[in-house]
Amino acid sequence: MQEEIKFCRGGGCTAKLGSAVLSRILEKLPKPTDDNLLIGTEASDDAAVYKLTDELAMVQTVDFFPPMVDDPYIFGQIAAANALSDVYAMGGKPVTALNLVCFPENWDMNILGKILQGGQQKVIEAGASLVGGHSIADSEVKYGLSVTGLINPNKVRANNTAHVGDKLILTKPLGVGLTCTAARAGEQKSSLDEAIKSMTTLNKYAAEAADEFEIHACTDVTGFGLAGHLHEMLRADLSARIYAERLPKITNARYFAEEFYLTAAAQRNRNAADGKIKFIKSDFATEELVFDPQTSGGLLFALSASEADLLQQKFINLGLNSAIIGEIMPRMDVEIIIEGKI
Amino acid sequence: MATIVDARGKACPQPVIETKKALKENGAPVIVLVDNDIARQNIEKMAAQINLSVQVDKTDDGAFRLLIQQVSSEVLGAVLNDAGEAISDMLDNMPAVDCVPCMPANVGKTVVVLSSNCMGTGDDTLGAALMKGFVYALTQLDNAPDTVLLYNGGAKLSVEGAETVQDLKILEENGTEILTCGTCLNHYGLADKLAVGEVTNMYTIAEKMSEAGKVVRP
Repeated sequence: MQEEIKFCRGGGCTAKLGSAVLSRILEKLPKPTDDNLLIGTEASDDAAVYKLTDELAMVQTVDFFPPMVDDPYIFGQIAAANALSDVYAMGGKPVTALNLVCFPENWDMNILGKILQGGQQKVIEAGASLVGGHSIADSEVKYGLSVTGLINPNKVRANNTAHVGDKLILTKPLGVGLTCTAARAGEQKSSLDEAIKSMTTLNKYAAEAADEFEIHACTDVTGFGLAGHLHEMLRADLSARIYAERLPKITNARYFAEEFYLTAAAQRNRNAADGKIKFIKSDFATEELVFDPQTSGGLLFALSASEADLLQQKFINLGLNSAIIGEIMPRMDVEIIIEGKI
Repeated sequence: MATIVDARGKACPQPVIETKKALKENGAPVIVLVDNDIARQNIEKMAAQINLSVQVDKTDDGAFRLLIQQVSSEVLGAVLNDAGEAISDMLDNMPAVDCVPCMPANVGKTVVVLSSNCMGTGDDTLGAALMKGFVYALTQLDNAPDTVLLYNGGAKLSVEGAETVQDLKILEENGTEILTCGTCLNHYGLADKLAVGEVTNMYTIAEKMSEAGKVVRP
């Protein structure tokens, strides 16, 4: 049986289109006007939220991408964890999921079977039901989910509602983009197991741990990297100050950056942040980590300083590689200030 | 002879990796062909990190041709020489004018007074966050203050555990005098907790403010 599939070619969230290009196109489309649409296209949020009753709203999201690892079962797990994450970022609970599949007709269908098994395993772990899907014959493999979740409309965690003085907690290590790129390029040194463990971890546990706290804002850090998703969090009146030495990271992330395992997506993220970000006493590897596109990355929470330590302790108890990485400040000369080195 | 790397049609990180390999095996100069701007940017970024210069031009079919080479001391010397000549030409050709200062000369020192751990009144949680932001912003100014005076609630900003200490330390390292009211530290039971700068007395506080060219009170 064909175990080692050669379908891995710049996959995961490194395959995302640039946010700058996207927003130029999207802003030309007419905006939905339904009053029950609590979160739609206005802000750059992770998922849409549609109010059904005063106590119940529906969360809807879709995510799919090409493989970033060679094992089809693990790829399925990662793609599903990544798609489910958007529901968790909003504070919702996933209830149903649909498969989205692109697969070459002449390939061994057992490979597809393993991808779907991996995906289903994560959907079950999430407590949701896989209820169908859609497949297309295509020259390249792509897989993901459309996920529907439920949420109390009064407890939606938007991404642009942080308060001045809030602490920022990131729940997964950065550097999975660099790590997967290095592995694909045949780098001897590997942190792939660590990256896979992180990418296959559901954000369910972090999101549920946060339920008993007053979360001011939340997003998940994926293809646009820490800088890009932080940018989505920052309104015009806010800046963020990040302490680089506190950033959780994959073990060899610095080494991979210094060996120049540079993706196109990271460079697009860098270009998108032009003029919005300032590095103080920093260095090249730190910059690359901040722009590194994450596949199935962690949640980024903003909450008051008095609660942040408690929540961080809960994350540590859950075994997450999380950290309080910085804080929200009144708007400075730039949006994002990164201080020091990783 | 330059090594040629044809990375057209290849996706990142491949162009960067092949360029790095060519540089490692054969040394500079290396000529790289890429067909997209992001790959060009990534290769330029790598070259800058290893102190090599990059010259870019476009081929007829729209690809980028990058010449990566050592920055030779001769080239560097010539550039500096040209710049030097240009500046002396400019000075020679400047019309003589009477210098009239358009700004009053900066008389006296700038003293920042932090008399509370909150910035403004209304909401103290907001005020504390604003004050923290203000102290950080001081570290980013082109002209840092000469002195920061901290008294009453302001004394809580320079003691152990205060989140403003790190930025006050940066100010101090860059030459700003950080003075905290000793009476106030005692009042709040923080006498042995000062974490940055010196303890001062009311006479010095009065003196610094009286002799200041400008007092800044957030």
